[in-house]
Amino acid sequence: MKLPVCFLALAACLGGCVNNSTSAALDAGENQVQLRQIQSRAFDTTDKAKTLRTVIATLQDLGFVIEKADLELGTVTGTKLDGYALRMSVSVRPRNAKQLLVRANAQYQEQAVTDPSPYQAFFNSLGKGMFLTAQNVD
Amino acid sequence: MHRLCLFLLAALGVVGCQNRIPDDALALQPDTLERRLLESRRFAGGKEIEILSACSGVVQDMGFTIDESATPLGVMVASKNREAGDAGGRVAMALLFGANAANSMDRSQKIRICIVIKPVAGKEGKEWVVRATFQRAVWNSYGQLTRLEGLREPELYQQFFEKLSKSVFLEAQKI
Repeated sequence: MKLPVCFLALAACLGGCVNNSTSAALDAGENQVQLRQIQSRAFDTTDKAKTLRTVIATLQDLGFVIEKADLELGTVTGTKLDGYALRMSVSVRPRNAKQLLVRANAQYQEQAVTDPSPYQAFFNSLGKGMFLTAQNVD
Repeated sequence: MHRLCLFLLAALGVVGCQNRIPDDALALQPDTLERRLLESRRFAGGKEIEILSACSGVVQDMGFTIDESATPLGVMVASKNREAGDAGGRVAMALLFGANAANSMDRSQKIRICIVIKPVAGKEGKEWVVRATFQRAVWNSYGQLTRLEGLREPELYQQFFEKLSKSVFLEAQKI
């Protein structure tokens, strides 16, 4: 009797990890506003090209290989392979007449990164490259 | 059997569905500067587009196909699929330990290179820094991903930049 129960428990554990529903395509996360804050910073510059080049250099410093870059759209995507696959997209767009808004979103293996600390580390690195302070946005 | 089940449950409890990003994955490391130097070379003269063009020639010489380029940002990405590990080694493994062991050995790999050209601060339009980064994914004969890694071998970068130096010279001379 113990054995089937054990198998059922194991199956339940494995089942808990399975989430291959197509609803993941439209998954906006639990708190979209909070996530945007975590993933975004404002910089006191209006030079989009220079900012994108600094984003690219920062990603390279962090061990990423750039996959795509688009100046017009203001986006850069890169992947870091280090025993794991970490993919990140960074977008740069005007926030107001004096600032650019930089937003980064990452996926680690097959999961979205929603923890604030990796983004904080990324923006710290980017701020050093830009010689500017990354400012939190509301 | 009961023990095996308990062990699996314990293992799942430890691993679970947690797949958390390493704390330092997006932080600069002590060896960041060293790696930047390894992966970068400075070129004087020419235009950014000419150097990017020379880069495309070099990666094509090396058998890569161009995946993506963004000229205004000085970015080019190329990749190639090649065998990983030698066929002789697989045959020896198959003879010694059977087909399963041979199949679990690395079989194919996708190598990607990204080249980024950046003007040297204060010398815009005159000097450029070219930075190349390589990474690869390796699969075994079962199609299972066995390795995901950045390539750090200094010889790889030295050889690449030697080829690029020659190519930039040839481009400059229009040969």
